[in-house]
Amino acid sequence: MHDRLIALELDPAVAGASEVRDYWLLLKPNVMSLVVFSAAAGLYLAPGRLHPLLMVVAILCIAVAAGAAAAINNSYDADIDRVMARTRRRPTATGRIRPEDALAFGITLACMSIMVMGLALNWVAAAVLALTIAFYVFVYTIWLKRRTPQNIVIGGAAGAFPPIAGWAAVTGDVSLAPIALFLIIFIWTPPHFWALSLDRCEDYARVGVPMLPVVAGADKTRRHILGYTLALLPVSLLPWWLGLAGGLYALAALALGAGFVQFALRLLRDRTHRTAMRTFRYSIVYLFGVFLALVLDKAAHTWGPAW
Amino acid sequence: MARDQDGRRRAKNIALAVILAALAALFYLITIVKMSGGGT
Repeated sequence: MHDRLIALELDPAVAGASEVRDYWLLLKPNVMSLVVFSAAAGLYLAPGRLHPLLMVVAILCIAVAAGAAAAINNSYDADIDRVMARTRRRPTATGRIRPEDALAFGITLACMSIMVMGLALNWVAAAVLALTIAFYVFVYTIWLKRRTPQNIVIGGAAGAFPPIAGWAAVTGDVSLAPIALFLIIFIWTPPHFWALSLDRCEDYARVGVPMLPVVAGADKTRRHILGYTLALLPVSLLPWWLGLAGGLYALAALALGAGFVQFALRLLRDRTHRTAMRTFRYSIVYLFGVFLALVLDKAAHTWGPAW
Repeated sequence: MARDQDGRRRAKNIALAVILAALAALFYLITIVKMSGGGT
């Protein structure tokens, strides 16, 4: 199942006919926005001060590293991306960018983002960045994605590292507080992707990627989604419990979490693709909301009256 | 066809030049910030 699915035979008419825009799309810019936002939140929440230019450089490095990992992922998954409806327009799937070119592009960006982070900020942050890319490429893309329905559970850690990188860029270390931010994204990732894969189940089955709905069925996946959204409630309160955030954040996290649980419960009753996609979209709102609440809570404590 | 290819190649070269120039400017600014004690 995990063997390369389809030998890539590129149409000579399109092979290598790439434009600048194709290289931009290779970085999965829509995914990058969430990475940048969570990393920026990590930077803002960390104790200490950083020159504004260095803050911009840190966020840029994290964004480029995420893009590099995405480019390498696109290169490796070109064979299955060609078959799946959701991904068949990707530049490596259409053949406009050759997989080996995408790989070279990704490795170049990865090296540059790590080097600049190390030289401009510190080497702890650079190491976290390197770990993020390595985890996404080797653990998720190459090892787990085509082998186990737990692919997104373990592999999801890669998407949870950016706030740690942002925090480390300011402090030069990794403490419990950024690990709490990591855990929120780590627990959030499975229900987020499983809601999407409920809608795209046939796609994943066609290419042999063992997402949970393909292997265990839609009903079990819906129960797992509910379990993870329930687990998110206490995990999302960790920043409050650790003293990183105040009551304003705790209330917002509980309200957003209750919304997520409500969507998961609705998904158990209403088995339509529409509800699955609504749950998927809400999960994005949830994560933006939780990190925005963390930022606003700190801003309220810093600039507003004492709470 | 060949003209299309030339156009695409030129656009990619310009994009690369812009990125390199931006990087050079960024390194220059980072150096200034670090030397003035504004870094970590």
